[in-house]
Amino acid sequence: MDITLQQVSYAYAKNTPFEKRALFDVNLDIPSGSYQAIIGHTGSGKSTVLQHLNALLKPTEGSIKIGDVLVKADQKNKHLRKVRQKVGIVFQFPEHQLFDETVLKDIMFGPMNFGVPAEEAKSRAIELSRLLGLPEEVLEKSPFDLSGGQMRRVAIAGVLAMNPEVLVLDEPTAGLDPRGRKEIMDLFYRLHQEKGLTTVLVTHSMEDAARYADRIAIMHDGKCVLEGTPQEIFENEERLLDYRLELPQCVKFQKKVEQMMGKKLPTICLTEEKLAEELARLMKEEREV
Amino acid sequence: MKSEIISLQEVTFTYTEEEKNIRPAVDNVSFTIYEGEWVAIVGHNGSGKSTLARLMNGLLFPQKGTVRIFGETLNEQNLWETRSQMGMVFQNPDNQFVGATVQDDVAFALENNGIPFEEMVERVQQSIEKVNMSSFMNSEPHHLSGGQKQRVAIAGAIALQPRILLLDEATSMLDPQGREEVLSIVRKLREETDLTVISITHDLEEALLADRIIMMNQGEKYAVGSPEEIFLRGQELVDLGLDLPFAMNVSRLLRDQGIELVAEHMSEEELVNDLWTSHFNK
Amino acid sequence: MLEKMIFGRYIPGDSFIHRLDARAKLIFVFLFIAIVFIANSWITYGVLFVFTFLIIRMSKIRLYFLINGLKPVVILIIFTFLLHLIFTKEGSIIFEWKFIKIYEEGLRQGIFISIRFFVLVILTSILTLTTTPISITDALEALLNPLKKWKLPVHELALMMSISLRFIPTLMDETDKIMKAQMARGSDMTSGSIKERMNAIVPLLIPLFVSAFKRAEDLATAMEVRGYKGGEGRTRYRKLEWATRDTVILLTLVVLAVILLYFRQ
Repeated sequence: MDITLQQVSYAYAKNTPFEKRALFDVNLDIPSGSYQAIIGHTGSGKSTVLQHLNALLKPTEGSIKIGDVLVKADQKNKHLRKVRQKVGIVFQFPEHQLFDETVLKDIMFGPMNFGVPAEEAKSRAIELSRLLGLPEEVLEKSPFDLSGGQMRRVAIAGVLAMNPEVLVLDEPTAGLDPRGRKEIMDLFYRLHQEKGLTTVLVTHSMEDAARYADRIAIMHDGKCVLEGTPQEIFENEERLLDYRLELPQCVKFQKKVEQMMGKKLPTICLTEEKLAEELARLMKEEREV
Repeated sequence: MKSEIISLQEVTFTYTEEEKNIRPAVDNVSFTIYEGEWVAIVGHNGSGKSTLARLMNGLLFPQKGTVRIFGETLNEQNLWETRSQMGMVFQNPDNQFVGATVQDDVAFALENNGIPFEEMVERVQQSIEKVNMSSFMNSEPHHLSGGQKQRVAIAGAIALQPRILLLDEATSMLDPQGREEVLSIVRKLREETDLTVISITHDLEEALLADRIIMMNQGEKYAVGSPEEIFLRGQELVDLGLDLPFAMNVSRLLRDQGIELVAEHMSEEELVNDLWTSHFNK
Repeated sequence: MLEKMIFGRYIPGDSFIHRLDARAKLIFVFLFIAIVFIANSWITYGVLFVFTFLIIRMSKIRLYFLINGLKPVVILIIFTFLLHLIFTKEGSIIFEWKFIKIYEEGLRQGIFISIRFFVLVILTSILTLTTTPISITDALEALLNPLKKWKLPVHELALMMSISLRFIPTLMDETDKIMKAQMARGSDMTSGSIKERMNAIVPLLIPLFVSAFKRAEDLATAMEVRGYKGGEGRTRYRKLEWATRDTVILLTLVVLAVILLYFRQ
């Protein structure tokens, strides 16, 4: 399912003394099956963009096409439910949305709201809890008795249980320890690859964007200021610095090594693994010469 | 000889409501922290590191063992005096902001300790300056970023001129920018004063700034040492759910690719130099 | 919708009204409430109306924002006006259509009550719009201080109020976030039968309570660590200062009262 933002502008509390423009003329194309990262500082408007992706906010100007539904300022809410089922959002600290008596019921909440039969919702919940590495006995516990990391997984399962076609992630690993962070990010990547799930990652982390995304959009002061493949984005260090953003550590390191050797690697390496591989190849070549 | 400032001796703590067959949150832990040190206590979530923080300022008392601060065993009698010497910053920036504005919040601990008005005004001003928040004196918390709120929390903690600053996962809910702000303020404070800093964290960058690292695992003290000593444990740390410094990670990956290095390097400079001398500079 | 409400919010500014001592403003509003009831004729209500507009001008708050933000209250005023218009049956009939009869006294009462309602709402709003919540709390604490003699926990009440005020924006944000998270999971709070809507509120309320309790717990810990042991032995960072202008504004009220008494029927 493609999502297209066309000249989207948004203002909070329009026509009051507290009016605040959050987005200016944002254009963004998220094709079906892609992994799009949206990067920016706090207050850059990236969270506002995120809420447009399943019509929680409607643009004050411009429009968004989500699949075959066109969302504009005067759109009636009725058609939007269909959109919400297809675009799942994992909000920042999603464990704050847990409420039901048992983990099982909480995971089933989403799908049942969209009319999925209880049996089907239950089997999805069981399958997902396995996928997310939750022990089976957890399903009958209260979500409030779990550890922070487990609560996070339950909340993520609750979104995945709706079987969305697009998954939007807002800093999904905030507050987790390094191991938890890696496990969750790898899981999302696996879902993206195996199920072809269109994924939108909203993040501060250049490293995560470099490692996982096909395309990166940079938000700054409510505008989408840069858009392209990771390679294209990271070639442009000066522009990133203009937006107070830094290159991923790996790319920075590559530049240091290149400077030292007086020679460029054939491509910008987006992960440490790739960098080590390229360096090793180069060294072997040097040796043979 | 450095003098002792905090010392834990065979401390064990179990949250009472839990069953007996569950392991203690902190299990027979001993260590000593010296005046003027920066010590990082690291460990994955649930390793007992936050419980340690609560034991050190008397929010919890151990079932076994003793906590000694400024040479005295912490007890109900000297609790308040101890707390006035120990500033603390918590994880959630929103949930520790008591005052209606920045300056009110910084003044809170001073008010509680009965500091006279004129001195209070001066100290509030100074503390806010130290964390570079002077232009936000009258701002309300919901207009500040997470990093700014944590800086205010630090100002509030140092306003009483404590000997110890205890950071309980103070950067874990911040964005990279906010984290950098907070850490650079702590670094600056350390340069200007002989403040003892104890930071409880799972952030690698924060741990690297410390003089010493105490590593916790499953409620037990797993290792103590300088950042170099700790991170040289390599795979062991990864297995315990922690990260390695970037340069070290790359060193290890290069070795896997069959490239020989002098050592596993902690800093990027060392790694670049090693690559240069051993492989290109021939 | 919540973001459009301006009732109970503060708009920073530097007008004469903004600079008044919060105690003066509080006393002013209380006295004004009493004085409003002196009015009972066209002239006296007219005077009240003009006085209110003068205060609005002095506060430099744009009338458009004031009216726009008070829309829900305006609806209430219109409703009261209609009630009086329809149900007061005194004086001569001035309008008749089928079974609806409107009496002269009904119209008069309707207009008077509406003006009274209107000026009260406007002036209390101006109090909150021009005074930071913390100053209002401080002023309340100062004014209630004599009641300490009768064991009223004035300090605790004031602290409670100031903390509640400080957390309102935080909790509003939180409500908005949780509501959106549940809407994204297909929960619908805006349509369906009353029963369905009630059911849809549970997934909002439970997380909200859980988080509020967590915040309260964290806050209590933070306060304890920062040495809070109740009001005793505490010094105060905030000092209220009474200036000439504060006396002046209260004197204008006395003048207003005299004028109203003079023109009263």
